[in-house]
Amino acid sequence: MKAGDTICAIATPPGEGGIGIIRLSGEKALDIASAVFVGSGGRAVRDYKTHTLHHGELRAPDTGERIDEVLVAVMKAPRSYTCEDVVEFHCHGGPLVLRLGLEVLIHSGARLAEPGEFTKRAFLNGRLDLAQAEAVMDLIQARSQTGLRVALEQLRGALSDELGRIREGLTRLLVEIEAGIDFSDEGITFISPQALAAGIEKVTERVEWFLRTAEDGRIVREGVTAALVGRPNVGKSSLLNALAKADRAIVTPIPGTTRDVLEEFVNVRGIPVRLQDTAGLRETQDIVEREGVRRTHDALARADLILAVLDGSAPLDPEDRRMRELLREKSAVLVVNKADLPPRVEPADLTGFAEPRRIVWTSATTGAGLDELRDAIRDTVLTQGLEPSEGVLITHLRHRSALERAKTSLDQALVSVQRHMGAECIAADLRVAINAIGEIIGETTTDDILDRIFKEFCIGK
Amino acid sequence: MIIREHDDHFDAIVVGGGHAGCEAALAAARMGARTALLTMDEDKIAQMSCNPAIGGIAKGHLVKEIDALGGEMGRNTDKTGIQFRMLNTRNGPAVRSLRAQCDKKQYRLAMQATLRAQPDLTIYRGTVDRIETVGGRVSGVVTGAGARLAAKAVILTTGTFLKGLIHVGLNHFPAGRAGEDTAEHLSDCMRAFGFEVGRLKTGTPPRLDRDTIDFSVLTPQPGDDPPTPFSFRTERIPMLQVCCHLTYTNAETHRIIQGNLDRSPMFTGVIEGTGPRYCPSIEDKVVRFADKPRHQIFIEPEGLDTNEFYPNGISTSLPVDVQTAFLKTIPGLERARMLKPGYAVEYDYFPPRQLHPTMETKLIEGLYHAGQINGTSGYEEAAAQGLMAGINAVLKIRGEAPCILDRSDAYIGVLIDDLITKDAREPYRMFTSRAEYRLLLRQDNADLRLTDTGYRLGLISGGAYRRFCEKRDAIVQERERFRKTRPKLTPEFLARAEALGLECLGAALTLEGLLRRPELDYEAVMGLVEVEGHHDAAVRAQVEVQVKYEGYIHRQSHDVDNFKRLESRRIPPDFDYTSVKGFSREVLEKLQRVRPHSLGQALRIEGVTPAAISLLQVALERSRRSAA
Repeated sequence: MKAGDTICAIATPPGEGGIGIIRLSGEKALDIASAVFVGSGGRAVRDYKTHTLHHGELRAPDTGERIDEVLVAVMKAPRSYTCEDVVEFHCHGGPLVLRLGLEVLIHSGARLAEPGEFTKRAFLNGRLDLAQAEAVMDLIQARSQTGLRVALEQLRGALSDELGRIREGLTRLLVEIEAGIDFSDEGITFISPQALAAGIEKVTERVEWFLRTAEDGRIVREGVTAALVGRPNVGKSSLLNALAKADRAIVTPIPGTTRDVLEEFVNVRGIPVRLQDTAGLRETQDIVEREGVRRTHDALARADLILAVLDGSAPLDPEDRRMRELLREKSAVLVVNKADLPPRVEPADLTGFAEPRRIVWTSATTGAGLDELRDAIRDTVLTQGLEPSEGVLITHLRHRSALERAKTSLDQALVSVQRHMGAECIAADLRVAINAIGEIIGETTTDDILDRIFKEFCIGK
Repeated sequence: MIIREHDDHFDAIVVGGGHAGCEAALAAARMGARTALLTMDEDKIAQMSCNPAIGGIAKGHLVKEIDALGGEMGRNTDKTGIQFRMLNTRNGPAVRSLRAQCDKKQYRLAMQATLRAQPDLTIYRGTVDRIETVGGRVSGVVTGAGARLAAKAVILTTGTFLKGLIHVGLNHFPAGRAGEDTAEHLSDCMRAFGFEVGRLKTGTPPRLDRDTIDFSVLTPQPGDDPPTPFSFRTERIPMLQVCCHLTYTNAETHRIIQGNLDRSPMFTGVIEGTGPRYCPSIEDKVVRFADKPRHQIFIEPEGLDTNEFYPNGISTSLPVDVQTAFLKTIPGLERARMLKPGYAVEYDYFPPRQLHPTMETKLIEGLYHAGQINGTSGYEEAAAQGLMAGINAVLKIRGEAPCILDRSDAYIGVLIDDLITKDAREPYRMFTSRAEYRLLLRQDNADLRLTDTGYRLGLISGGAYRRFCEKRDAIVQERERFRKTRPKLTPEFLARAEALGLECLGAALTLEGLLRRPELDYEAVMGLVEVEGHHDAAVRAQVEVQVKYEGYIHRQSHDVDNFKRLESRRIPPDFDYTSVKGFSREVLEKLQRVRPHSLGQALRIEGVTPAAISLLQVALERSRRSAA
């Protein structure tokens, strides 16, 4: 509805693919692309000729963090699908990379497109001819009906109930504040600043909780990357295979057999996990293996979860102990493998590696301990104890950005209360928060505030 | 008041001499239109029919805006006000609002004098029985005496006079106000044209004799000293300033009211019209909030040289003997003599979704409705509509573009948009919470927002406009000074800052940076830095508000941009909604009933979903392109 702003969305079908395309369209498409894309040729995207393809990296402009190596296609207005400036990022396929790319664009000023919005813009800007108009309308209509179905499904879910409660809590506060503004001469005692601050804090806690479950929802939907790390020949590849139940990695008892980062998608208790086997961290003279070690470090840096593997049948060596540092920085599970062999590692040796509940004894050979490992992976990545079957957060990126907006406004409102700012400022912040949550559950607020004031207070001279 | 017998051709005829009618007639005449004002009784022109106050929270904003556009209500209040109070001073400047108690008689007389002195304005005594049209356009009116007056535009500001029915207890009789006639035929004529008619109700409390009130037991409520005027053009407040008083009802009062509900027209179903929830009768309050031990009553003088006092808070339509009985239970009113009983009045109104945003009716070109006829309550709401109707009637006669204020321009814009978009279920009153962009629409910047428009329309004089421009420039310069001036970090300055508990005073500090700190106001910054403040208090105040609110203003400005984009997507008045596939029946019905003028307005109609707006948007673009 806000023609003029810049929209973005993943243009390729969801799921794994060789290439995934993120499309960006609107007035600021070239500026946003210039901010997030570092071209190999050195020039900014806005200076590229139209209809050309460029190689470079997609980076987060604030941190400089590299998201992916990409090709960028530039189509300047009006010769593009939407008749606006359009930039397409051809990324490596996979939901995780595409999601990160999308987030970077949104943080840089783009807005997540509504369903069918690129097509709608194409039509509104005259790109599609009249004969196609009916089709566009049907499309938009179909999409909105789907959207309605999605909304209804969510309304039945616990998540929407919770959002409804958050919104109700905020509305109740706003009613008090607005009554205090519009009826300050009515001789009624309205809410005290202390009660107001307490109310805002309470709602903020709920929003924060919800943001954390939203993160779990994303994990359930899009999965996590887990890297298997450990010194050579502790059984990383065997574990990967045991979890994936397929002979993907080459498994030999010769240290350093795994020279590249191999990966496998496995379903762990309903969570898609991209399991990456790494070449280990051994210091070595072998050029090929040294490259493997370098890639291991990259993989560790990118991983959401580290599975650190020890050989339980051998005493700990200094390389094992070095992993302790690594484990402190990330979510990790310590896997003590080869539990089928006589143990040479004592539980006392493992203090400092991980909390006891994050330590699992397994045998990739017999399959012992794999269920416990799956549980440990789930419990480590899901912080809020959300059941994977509740993965209902379909338009979740939009939800999260709305919740983040709500959170920012609530923080601001609390500061305003503490600084004794006027009620109108606090009300402005609360309205932003209420509207943000209303966007998710599809309810808009306005007049019901006055209705509720009349219901709850004796107003009128 | 010059009544020219044989003059019967006008540009604009205003029917009704209330607050809407006065502003409409003055605006039209000041814009050079030959204007007639028809009234039943020219002595009652600008009568304050209910309470003796102008302004109040959100209503004060409207008065300031009327004034900035060149309307009269603010100046007339300043001339005749006997107590001024700035309300909401505990909150920030955006929601502060001025209210003034007026001398009712002086208010009326001063406004009448202004009308009388206005060139191009003729005042007629009479009622209007019929509106005449030619080919769907208004051509004039026919008076109760059978006289025909021709006009290019007619503005109806009939207040509560259309089939007015007054209730006191279970008795009721036709009247527009107590003791005055009602207009019986006009609403029949409007029904015949096809207008939808509704019924509303409002009420007023009994009036009390000053000499029989015991003020010694009441809590005095003084006004502000010095009083702040409404008008940006007022130099000083001339009238003597007086006090109001406060008292309360009690359990005994409530018991009497409870015991007589069977004689209340409200509770026995005699009254059909809907009353306002924000202005309930005392019987309503007692029933709905039964656990409240008392309700406050402001005892307000109706003027300096009248004995009539207005007990604000006990509007009622109970029988006279019950009113007398419950008054006796109220501290200070035990011996109070009732000069006039309270009553409720029911009247016809025309649901205002039948209007364009110019206040012109959709059914009849050149016919405008303003004030209570549109289902609003309040002098200020009426005056705002009257002003806009007067302005737009003249612009239309001239063939010029209309003057439409939107929701981001003014409370007047919020008012009119709400009226034409939403189904009011009760008399409409303005509240600040109705304005989305409340932090931008402040009473302190009404002149900055609207004076250009008033001047362009010819309603603000050259001299007043020049003074306004000087003030505006001074504000810009003062803000520039605040941005650029960096205090020297002398030991004295640092000592003063430390004494105030200020920390983190960086080298890049400016006056603006200091003023932004919550603990400092304009004067405090001046004292801290030891520089001269601006000599004009209005400039100082404006700079402070702008700096303090800057973050919020910035955010709301961004929202306004988005809002304006949707407002600028116009919908042709004859657009065929049935041609759009996919609307639900409810949405289709609502769109056809309101016939919104823009996509933005369509989205504000209750029950119209964003998905429906997407459909509408595509359909509009398609029809635009097939037309081109």
